[in-house]
Amino acid sequence: MKVKGAIIAAAAVMAVSAAANAATLDDVKAKGFVQCGVSTGLAGFAFTDANGVWDGFDVTFCRATAAAIFGDANAIKFTPTTGKTRFTALASGEVDILYRNTTWTLSRDVDLGFTFTGVNYYDGQGFMVRKSLGVKSAKELDGATVCIQTGTTTELNLADFFRANGMSYEPVPIETNAEAQQKYLSNACDVYTTDASGLAATRATFEKPGEHALLPEIISKEPLGPLVRQGDDQWADISAWVLNALIIAEEKGVTKANVAKLAADGSADPEVNRLLGKEGSYGEMLGLPADWAVHAISAGGNYGEIFERNVGESTAIGLARGLNQLWSKGGILYAPPFR
Amino acid sequence: MATISSTGDTNFRIGMLIYDTRYRSYTIQIIALIIFMLAAAWLVNNVIENLAALGKTFSFGFLNDTASYDINQRLIDYSSTSSHARAAVVGILNTLLVAILGCITATVVGVVAGVLRLSNNWLIARLMTIYVEGFRNIPVLVWILITVAVINETLPAPNQFRGADPDASPLLGGMLVLTNRGFYIPAPVMGDMSMAVVIVFLLSVGVMIGFRRWAKKRQEATGEILPLLPISLGILFLPTLLVFFLLGMPITLEYPELKGFNFRGGVFMRDSLIGLWLALSLYTGAFTAEIVRAGILAVSKGQSEAAFALGLRPGRTMNLVILPQALRVIVPPLISQYLNLTKNSSLAIAVGYMDATGTLGGISLNQTGKEFECLMLLMAFYLIVSLSISAVMNWYNERVKLRER
Amino acid sequence: MSANREPFVASGDIPPSPPPSSVVGPVAWVRENLFSSIPNAIMTLAGLFIIYSLLASVIPWLFVNSVWNATSLGHCREIDNGACLAVIKERYLQFIYGFYPEAERWRAILTFVLMVVAVWPILFAGAPRKLFYFSAVYPALAYWLIWGGTIWGPVGVMLGPIIAIITYRILSTVLRGTSMEEGIAGVLALIAAGLAMVIWWLLGVELFDGTVSSIVSIGLPVVESDKIGGFLLSTLIGVSGIAGSFPLGIALALGRRSNLLFIKAISTGFIEFIRGVPLITLLFVASTLLNYFLPPGTSFDIILRVVIMVTLFASAYMAEVIRGGLAALPKGQYEAADALGLDYWKSMRLIILPQALKISIPGIVNTFIGLFKDTVLVSVIGLLDPVGILNPIRADQNWNGIVWELYGFISIFFFIFCFGMSRYSQYLERKLQTGHR
Repeated sequence: MKVKGAIIAAAAVMAVSAAANAATLDDVKAKGFVQCGVSTGLAGFAFTDANGVWDGFDVTFCRATAAAIFGDANAIKFTPTTGKTRFTALASGEVDILYRNTTWTLSRDVDLGFTFTGVNYYDGQGFMVRKSLGVKSAKELDGATVCIQTGTTTELNLADFFRANGMSYEPVPIETNAEAQQKYLSNACDVYTTDASGLAATRATFEKPGEHALLPEIISKEPLGPLVRQGDDQWADISAWVLNALIIAEEKGVTKANVAKLAADGSADPEVNRLLGKEGSYGEMLGLPADWAVHAISAGGNYGEIFERNVGESTAIGLARGLNQLWSKGGILYAPPFR
Repeated sequence: MATISSTGDTNFRIGMLIYDTRYRSYTIQIIALIIFMLAAAWLVNNVIENLAALGKTFSFGFLNDTASYDINQRLIDYSSTSSHARAAVVGILNTLLVAILGCITATVVGVVAGVLRLSNNWLIARLMTIYVEGFRNIPVLVWILITVAVINETLPAPNQFRGADPDASPLLGGMLVLTNRGFYIPAPVMGDMSMAVVIVFLLSVGVMIGFRRWAKKRQEATGEILPLLPISLGILFLPTLLVFFLLGMPITLEYPELKGFNFRGGVFMRDSLIGLWLALSLYTGAFTAEIVRAGILAVSKGQSEAAFALGLRPGRTMNLVILPQALRVIVPPLISQYLNLTKNSSLAIAVGYMDATGTLGGISLNQTGKEFECLMLLMAFYLIVSLSISAVMNWYNERVKLRER
Repeated sequence: MSANREPFVASGDIPPSPPPSSVVGPVAWVRENLFSSIPNAIMTLAGLFIIYSLLASVIPWLFVNSVWNATSLGHCREIDNGACLAVIKERYLQFIYGFYPEAERWRAILTFVLMVVAVWPILFAGAPRKLFYFSAVYPALAYWLIWGGTIWGPVGVMLGPIIAIITYRILSTVLRGTSMEEGIAGVLALIAAGLAMVIWWLLGVELFDGTVSSIVSIGLPVVESDKIGGFLLSTLIGVSGIAGSFPLGIALALGRRSNLLFIKAISTGFIEFIRGVPLITLLFVASTLLNYFLPPGTSFDIILRVVIMVTLFASAYMAEVIRGGLAALPKGQYEAADALGLDYWKSMRLIILPQALKISIPGIVNTFIGLFKDTVLVSVIGLLDPVGILNPIRADQNWNGIVWELYGFISIFFFIFCFGMSRYSQYLERKLQTGHR
């Protein structure tokens, strides 16, 4: 009898653990931190310093998400993922959200069972060559040896581009950015291709960045954004609206410096008040505290501040805002209204 | 024991399931079977539930979809419009290519190093010891990375061959070009009638084998020894060369030439192939050397002394007395080294060589998100290869055993 | 004059005159060993040339022109053209510990020292027997030291087997008191003990951990898995893989030699499957598929998943080594055990396994060396083992483009470790051979 009871108990345990697979937000709250998947290392976007602390553009968005939930930008753990492991890490629940220069495509959104919740960087695939080659356009690359990161959309774009232009090339597949960099620097490939932002970031780490040029052609649209598992709308909403809140904050001039003051004193602009939890119960709708956006903005500033600090023109990477400028200033960054 | 249990059947007690040897094995096996089935069912059920939760299906239909990525080294026709299945086949062939090349060179390296380690030349024996210990005690992945880095970092890039006074130039009168992207060797261009040359060559190979068999029989019958090497070389090459020149040299060589970014023409062996091949053969060669050495040492000294006493020269002693006996010891572990080499070739993924792990278990897996199907196919491929190698080994063991009696 | 009369009588041995210098001494040695024939002389010269060219390039690079103090690769090149060993100086701690927090590194060192203590009674016969208890507790202790957190979790896990033993003892005495047949009672007690352990692990540990922690909380700061890297990670995976594979390997080896058809089939199938696929595919399984096999919603640490797969991998090889040991035992040993009337388990435990394991030790050490070398493959799935840690180093602006120094450092470390181990295994082989053949 005792034995039988034990088996029933064991079965019950399994049933309980199976049922516990409901909402990501509840899981995250129970864990006490957000598990965020990032790149294994890409200057400006996600990298560790000598102490192993993560920083960068994508990393700051992860931290903002954690801050929105817990009020603490450090309630987060990072999982470095390669192009190969990123999707399985998300699908298996190893990470709760993936912020890793991942291009929003139909098949990933639909077939792989993920939900893209926004775009935090509008990118496109570019080419980097040595200036000494004298190449001025990607159309002149017939027969070139091209280094490329495997498991990315860039691999497919590259095949399309060369086929469409009737050119041949020699692909050299590489696992990580660091290896690609080494191959390129030792001249084992003529061209390195990846997202233009990644190229700029990589070039910035070179000893003599001036010897390398980015070709003018951008051969693809690469909207990079966060993604979560399909089927958990609440979690998808949170990740989407943290991103939106940071964009709206830039639009409305809410910065890391003034957010605390605005949150305390209120603002003449009702949308700012709604954003900062002074009016309405938007936090509650999301299942977050009322001042979630205040924390998210305090984590690393608004979108513009995050951009400038990590990859902007004042940094070694020196990316221009370009498409990633607000819609009101000539870019395509456009967040739905906060109401 | 037997007398005790023979009285059992009349009064069966439940304890006999455990204590009676007739029943015990069934009891244990049935319990094991039930546990095994339960575990398997639990795992399969979990997989089904997990896949359902992620909205994924289990099907191999993706294999017919367009792969839309390019592979640099193709032994069969392939383009980015081909299917994932074809990409997998390209990868499998690449695996087999590097495995076969690796096994051949590893054997050569291993035999040479193993014999030299037993050489009475003190310096050479020590050098070989250093080689063997150095390669055996450092992970093969590190060796692969190092060899590819040596090619990438120390050899000249193609554009250093350019200009009136280039930094680097092709070797052997344009026959061999070593660049940091790989090596180029001339490719044969088959003209008209070239098939005739090939057929003649194949025929000569057959004739040569026949001749050697005949010579061996003759030696066993009469004791006369023919100068085997010159005669077989003659049979092998003379007719072929004769036909080749008579037909007006139908087979020509295409030399690699610098055009655009890279050399064109000739046979291109990529840095990843060369590096992987070299590292795998040197690494496996170190193990093979130990096997060969152990095999030779395993033949008792009396055998060689007896052979010398019979007046056999050292070369013949090796060929006729030592090697046939040593091979029996050497071959089984050697074959399992081949198996290891084939499995280690999956490390190609670290240097971008597009083997089965790189295409099927790499890019296809990634682009389609079919982890389950891809890894299952990949494992099945490696299993088939290793089971075939084991089958060869068993066959050999069986053959050797029969001869022994 | 008078001396002239006496004939010469030798009063002792004439001291042997030294052999001619062509037979002994360095000259003769050189002639004998290096220049005994023309081919030999050519090989010697070729060998000397190889040695010279290697040393001529390596020694100036590594010793004469090397730079120890610099802040970046460019800085190194400005100072001298030799090896830029400054990168090693700056990063060697990362090679050893990964990103393990500086303040906690003593824990890693302590774990390693304790490992030596725990391994001592297993590898060397002379150690005090009581240390075995320490070896048994060590895995939980090491887990706690490396990952930190509260101590009661690992203690709770270790209580599992103890609970099982107690359950077994109590139940078997109680059940024997009843009219139940003894065999059935034993088996029931065994099953109950196993279940008690599993239930304890599933339900009790967390409760135990929670309750005791709230009363006495002893704990270390938690260190996340993604901070663990370098040789620490290699050692961690290698040692836990080999330790875990030992019992599993014994079971598989016995299973494969068993005459129970079904058990033999399962064991053989498992061994051949694992040995037939490359480790890297198993690591892919660990990183991508293992979660699919667990109940939905469960997810655990990547290092743990890798350790599981590595353990399964090693156990197949271990099984073959142990099977070799079992096969090498003279048949008389098996027959003697049967003749004594011992049942299967007793004969295995008391007679066969102690001897078979003893002759398997060199093979086991070799398996360990192989496994330790194979741990670098985890870099392919993104863990920061010594090879994986190259990525963050080379991604650093200061050091990108550096190659040889890093590979050299890794190679030397592995060489020292593996070479030492293989020497040890050869020594064991010699020592054991005299006793058994």
